[in-house]
Amino acid sequence: MSLSLYPSEFRIERDPERCIVCQVCVRQCANDCHVYDEDDDCIVSNERNCVGCHRCATLCPTNAITITQNPSDFKTNANWTARVIKDIYKQAESGGVLLTGMGCDRQLPSYFDRMLLNASQVTNPSIDPLREPMELRTHLGSKPERVDFKRTGEGFDLTTELSPQLVIDTPILFSAMSYGSISYNACLALATAAQTVGTFYNTGEGGLHKDFYPYGENTIAQVASGRFGVHAEYLDVAAAIEIKIGQGAKPGIGGHLPGEKVSEEISQTRMIPVGTDAISPAPHHDIYSIEDLRQLIFALKEATGYRKIAAVHNVAPIASGIIRAGADIVAIDGLRGGTGAAPTMIRDHVGIPIELAIAAVDRRLREEGIRHRASIIAGGGFRNSADIVKAIALGADAVYIATAALVAMGCHLCQKCYTGKCNWGIATQDPYLTKRLNPNIAQRRLVNLLHGWSLEIKEMLGGMGINAIESLRGNREHLRGVGMTQNELDILGIKSAGEAW
Amino acid sequence: MKRIYIHEEYCIGCRLCEIHCLVHHSESKKIVKAFKEEFPRAMSRLVVEEQGYLSFALQCRHCEEAPCVEACITGAMHRDPETNAILCDQEKCVGCWMCVMVCPFGVIKRDMEIKQVASKCDLCQGEEVPVCVRNCPNEAITFEER
Repeated sequence: MSLSLYPSEFRIERDPERCIVCQVCVRQCANDCHVYDEDDDCIVSNERNCVGCHRCATLCPTNAITITQNPSDFKTNANWTARVIKDIYKQAESGGVLLTGMGCDRQLPSYFDRMLLNASQVTNPSIDPLREPMELRTHLGSKPERVDFKRTGEGFDLTTELSPQLVIDTPILFSAMSYGSISYNACLALATAAQTVGTFYNTGEGGLHKDFYPYGENTIAQVASGRFGVHAEYLDVAAAIEIKIGQGAKPGIGGHLPGEKVSEEISQTRMIPVGTDAISPAPHHDIYSIEDLRQLIFALKEATGYRKIAAVHNVAPIASGIIRAGADIVAIDGLRGGTGAAPTMIRDHVGIPIELAIAAVDRRLREEGIRHRASIIAGGGFRNSADIVKAIALGADAVYIATAALVAMGCHLCQKCYTGKCNWGIATQDPYLTKRLNPNIAQRRLVNLLHGWSLEIKEMLGGMGINAIESLRGNREHLRGVGMTQNELDILGIKSAGEAW
Repeated sequence: MKRIYIHEEYCIGCRLCEIHCLVHHSESKKIVKAFKEEFPRAMSRLVVEEQGYLSFALQCRHCEEAPCVEACITGAMHRDPETNAILCDQEKCVGCWMCVMVCPFGVIKRDMEIKQVASKCDLCQGEEVPVCVRNCPNEAITFEER
């Protein structure tokens, strides 16, 4: 075997003054970065294996371990950056497609960071959410064209038949992560947290383990191109069905769960043999047009149905077609959306930022007069409550979060989900590692996150002088752009900072 | 009484419980000193059982009918009247290790350095929560009244 030219990504610094050779790091690293040397009674580092997950540093009882980026630099070159060179070394050694996990991490302009929120102080006085009621409850689904009612003796009776609605207590849902890509305990934490908060989690394309049926009222069941684990009971038990057309992290390509991750339990849930690769094709082989999609929607509409698409350049007309095909909710996923495994080139170079997609879809649907016929859920890289408020002001009804949820559970974004060696027990099926995620702790942390974000959203709404999230939806007057071109401002439909009515 | 309960499905085998137990029962109660400067090194009062991916921390169960108390020839092993914990009076212990022989859980250890005193969990007398429970990163052991 020849020498690998790929340099260590990280340095493991161990302070000998502090290290007590307790070997917690040795026991916790699934990548064998720490090795106990019996002869010298010390621990030596195998830095080449380090993925920068910080498990060892977090658990070290004496804070003896520091993980840093390897400071060793290549000669400065604006085109041939270290990242490019390292990718080529890796590929020259493996001959394969470069794989990665999580969302696009390239330094592309973030429109969220270039938008600023409004606060009203005189003409529309601000509201204190701690003293006055503030409504975050959101109804997702198709709204009627008009509402008819008749007078009764005591009041009014609604004669219009309303479509089924998903009611969420905060405009945040957990987005699709399959049992298989993440562990049983991680799924359980998401399900129980969704139930506690009064929102939904999404099964992803991995089917639904029977243990999670009791959380059906808070479950969105996904029907993806591989049709893994799709059967009548699965569709019945969930509150809504999502037809997955694409995924922001890898638009245009299907999914791949390696056979090593397909354990007995996963095999039963997905309805495939143990140890076989679970490969979902890029397209649904029964959907080649909007008309085909319409057929599938009506086939699944015995429950309720809605679709998910990945944000690509023509997202607006496609969303319009999907709504005309009968969808009640359209989920769009942006460039920065995460995944358990994707080819690096696809993840980093295909798609558009979610901010632009929301604005384009919302405007197109309004222009066509069909905005009320479906709700929009946006996903793809929401990092905090301000991002969510901005997305809703651009026109989304609610948002999907997944990366943030994983981070709340302990994920350190090492992007090695596809290896199945997640040291935090999240993206793995290894029984040594899955135990590391106690679903009770994870649920508590998820609930705390949603609680904190909801409070912050209320504060921001209060500052704008509005007391319901409904009043913010599509209200782009509350946004102003900084450092954007006129074209970007026009696409987002917002004014530049400093511009008044 | 409040006892330590084990949730083996969440034990990650890191042995931080063992480390913190050792520190708590050292002279200095300081982690670096306890490991680097105190000799003989203090002993951890608990054991971590491991087989494959199954693991759990096991301490004295403080049995209601404690065989170690009955077997003790000097009366060193006794039940604390206030906390109900089973404690070992080191002054009285002669190191016959009958308690070690009869303990159904195998959690009483011989202190080979002193050769007199049995080392066992004292539920960290004086602490609100035993240090092993407080320092478990995954809540695999809990201290509760059931």
